[in-house]
Amino acid sequence: MIIPVYKILFYLNAAILIGAATMVIVTRNTMRSALFLVLAFVASSVLWMMLQAEFLSLVLIFVYVGAVMTLFLFVIMMLNIDIDPLREGFVKYLPLGVIVLAAFLGLLFLVLGPHHLSITGQDIVPVSADYSNTQAIGELLYSQYLYPFELAAVILLVAIVAAISLAFFGRKPGTKSQRVRQQLSATKEERLRIVKMEPSDR
Amino acid sequence: MIPLSYFLLLGALLFALSFAGIVLNRKNIIVLLMCVELMLLAVNMNFVAFSQYLQAPEGAIFVFFILTVAAAESAIGLAILVLMYRRRGNINVDEMNTLRN
Repeated sequence: MIIPVYKILFYLNAAILIGAATMVIVTRNTMRSALFLVLAFVASSVLWMMLQAEFLSLVLIFVYVGAVMTLFLFVIMMLNIDIDPLREGFVKYLPLGVIVLAAFLGLLFLVLGPHHLSITGQDIVPVSADYSNTQAIGELLYSQYLYPFELAAVILLVAIVAAISLAFFGRKPGTKSQRVRQQLSATKEERLRIVKMEPSDR
Repeated sequence: MIPLSYFLLLGALLFALSFAGIVLNRKNIIVLLMCVELMLLAVNMNFVAFSQYLQAPEGAIFVFFILTVAAAESAIGLAILVLMYRRRGNINVDEMNTLRN
């Protein structure tokens, strides 16, 4: 008897993903819900790896777990948040939340269920051992999608400038930070002094 | 093997959960941002599944761009959050009504 490793892995990781997503929305502590979100990202990264999308799966780990969630954790720890006023209304909105969940799920299951989806019978094609998913994406990205790729770079630049200009208020008084304008305007005459020394007789 | 429909259902379940999370946690803006990230993850799950099952690598390119935009969005959102906390001392969604009237 062959153990269906692929199926077991799929169901295990799907269960972890759904459980972590549920914990993100129901747990009281914001910190804990951020950590459950990290778990959800790791589980879905495993699922993407099972779909043979290695590059995107690793990028998900690098970008989300490594950068975005670190940012979230920084902000949660930096701000001294009083949780209790943020939680009021949870019980009040709980029936509405369950109704929304059920309605959305019913609709999507109706559309995407195996009996209704017309794309069935397809199976994932195992790639050969020397196939590189990263190379395939890179070739497409640098030829056909070059302009969108550069646009994405501009979006990231705009995000950097916007985040810095929003959160940076100039230097605080009394701190020893770098003053670039003074550094650049310094000339040789005002900084450098050449001292002529008498040669000693010894 | 797993049919395509199961991955799509997983994405749908994730999307519905994060939508319910937005309805439930409408007071806590950090959890709202995290629910938006979960929604984008659900969309990305559909994109990756379709891309791999239908042999269309363009789907993977879209996931790449969605990841870029999501990173930019969360960076700017958290910067605004920090700014608001500095100004007002709390991040309660109910008190964000200075633009009203």
